Amino acid sequence: MEVSSENFKANVETAVVDDNLKGAMGKLTGALRPNRAKAVAGLPEFDALRDHGIAIKMHTLDHIDTYLEQFEANVVANGGHVHWCADEDSARQTILDLCRQHDVKTVTKGKSMVTEELGLNAFLDNHGILPLETDLGEYIIQLRGESPSHIIAPATHLQQHQIKETFQSAHTHLDADRPMDTAEALTEEARQELREKYGAADAGITGANFMIAETGSTIIVTNEGNGDLTQTLAKTHIVVASMEKILPTMDDAGVMLRLLARSATGQEMSVYTTLSSGPRRQGDLDGPDAFHVVIVDNGRSKMLAGSEREMLRCIRCSACLNHCPVYASIGGHAYGWVYSGPMGKVLTPSLAGLEQAKDLPNASSFCGKCEEVCPMRIPLPKLMRNLREQQTEQKMTPLKQRVALSLWSALASRPWLYRKLTGLMTRTLARLAGKRRVFSWMPMIGEWTKSRDLVAPEGGSFFDRYHARTQPIKGADHDDRTQ
Amino acid sequence: MPAATQKTPARPKKPSSPKAPKVGLFVTCLIDAMRPTAGMASVELLEAAGCDVIVPTAQSCCGQPAWNSGDRTAARAVATPFLDAFDDCDYVVVPSGSCGGMLSKHLVDLFADDAPPRHRQKALEIAAKTHELTSFLVDIMGVTSPPGRYQGKVAYHDSCSSLREMKVKDQPRQLLAATGAEVVDLDHADTCCGFGGTFSVKYGDISGAMVNDKAEDVRAREPDVLVAGDLGCLMNIAGRLSRLGSDIAVRHVAEVLAGDLSAAPIGGGQDDAPSTEESR
Repeated sequence: MEVSSENFKANVETAVVDDNLKGAMGKLTGALRPNRAKAVAGLPEFDALRDHGIAIKMHTLDHIDTYLEQFEANVVANGGHVHWCADEDSARQTILDLCRQHDVKTVTKGKSMVTEELGLNAFLDNHGILPLETDLGEYIIQLRGESPSHIIAPATHLQQHQIKETFQSAHTHLDADRPMDTAEALTEEARQELREKYGAADAGITGANFMIAETGSTIIVTNEGNGDLTQTLAKTHIVVASMEKILPTMDDAGVMLRLLARSATGQEMSVYTTLSSGPRRQGDLDGPDAFHVVIVDNGRSKMLAGSEREMLRCIRCSACLNHCPVYASIGGHAYGWVYSGPMGKVLTPSLAGLEQAKDLPNASSFCGKCEEVCPMRIPLPKLMRNLREQQTEQKMTPLKQRVALSLWSALASRPWLYRKLTGLMTRTLARLAGKRRVFSWMPMIGEWTKSRDLVAPEGGSFFDRYHARTQPIKGADHDDRTQ
Repeated sequence: MPAATQKTPARPKKPSSPKAPKVGLFVTCLIDAMRPTAGMASVELLEAAGCDVIVPTAQSCCGQPAWNSGDRTAARAVATPFLDAFDDCDYVVVPSGSCGGMLSKHLVDLFADDAPPRHRQKALEIAAKTHELTSFLVDIMGVTSPPGRYQGKVAYHDSCSSLREMKVKDQPRQLLAATGAEVVDLDHADTCCGFGGTFSVKYGDISGAMVNDKAEDVRAREPDVLVAGDLGCLMNIAGRLSRLGSDIAVRHVAEVLAGDLSAAPIGGGQDDAPSTEESR
């Protein structure tokens, strides 16, 4: 998918005045946040489970080569195939080649963020293969020609009335007067539309929440069952997964699944947890004839060796998005790429390039809520700060900022001089503000004053007042050793 | 409800005894320049708790604006002058969770790697003895009754750094309740107000949307005064309340706890707001 994160500020400007978006984002505070809080409160060992999960992930990342090779060996032993793809070009081409090899004309798709990374739908479409998204949210945004705004709830930026409008214009073969005013009616309509497509598809493409080395299985979790229909009814099942989804054992997956659903939606488990362990064997009642796993690197190996390594612990639960006040204010599309919210602010620069996503790691108040709710305790603010530091080192930051910071640090590293100057400034400002005590506009900080007043200083400085009390000797403040 | 405040009568300033812990106040640049009353109130609270307070002059800012901007060199330059300033102190107390977090959590990272070992050592020493003001009073000094009295409704805003980095939550609420105040929580008490230091002037649209949500939460509670332990949040929320035409008073928590309401509230609010619904 093309990166448009350089438009971040313009996207934000539009997003913050979008009333539909503001209404839609109410789902975060109204449902997702309280649901997670309730689920976590209901599991006393949640924090211990987190520590266990983190230990599993850290061990796996340390030995990722071993486990990936073990996974491959077991997939092959099960009768499947593994394809290693270093970047998005090779991944797209591999998937296209597989489609051609199996004479695929249409594919059904389960929700998969890595295929969004690859821009797979557009690519297949351009090569004469019709991709049909089967996750309800993905189906809606595919009809609208949009990209996901959330990693597990791709249409979360929409309100119900917008979905109704989308279905009205897309499903023109249905009765125009049909009931469409409830979420249930809309869901049922999508369900009926999709139902007939599953059996007709030549291949099903899904992602993977986890790949299990010891069994050669892939796991997906869904709440709609669309993943099961996608992967069992088509003749060919292609799993696309980024390499860090690997876990050593099924027991490890048990730990992760318990963390995942609670962190994501507040469920104890997702409704469907589906394992795929190769093609249909003799005696199996269903399953695909062919089973392929496309393992995508696309920048992960580089992250493994870099300062953003901890980001590879991410299990894509979306807790950081759901709890982020920045995400809640601007929605997912403003971020300009596949991944949004705090995890996107680290992943996008890491995978797509820092140069293309300069704003993302900076657009955080560092409130720390993301790290607090992350089941993998990924230190997201620290990773964003690392990326800010890289920008400073590579002189990517605006010249104005660099000049301002170096001037300020030259002053602030001389406390006495700093106090003289700030004292002069604050006395002047206090006088200017007078009885109103606030300014509604101030040069240089228009970003502040466009939405709030600037509070005027009280007048005088603490140090002046303190010294007047303790050492009423003129000039005491001149000696920096004075205590 | 009219808010009244006074100090407990006949409570002389405790003379510092030899056993009194020596506390170095890290004033913070915002309090020094913008809100001296909050600094004086902090000194008063610490002295009332039996501390021997000193205020080293070799301090300006904790360096956080540069540290969070990814400029390690500038942040070190600003932090270096105060590395030796608290050598004689048993504790460093900061009337800010944010600057407190910089000293106790980030200073060691700032002076990691290629920093002179002596600086790293000093950073470790400061980190180990730094506390946010209200948590220091309650957790270390065992204060249960602060000098101030406040008859009114107080909403306490949790700054993110206080809450998450400094583990400050119940302490200021306990102290506020002990002044006689009715303490209320905001609906989304653990959600950021959108200040974030330079974030607020780099990403004004996002920060503005966040502070608007917070200001609406504050207005919904109708407190006589909104307090917090961080001047950055207070200037942000007060600025938005003022823009919205609200006259809810905004103050640093230390002012209410010390009973020092001598200064006008932060921003445009009033202590004795006319108790009409419309004005809120």
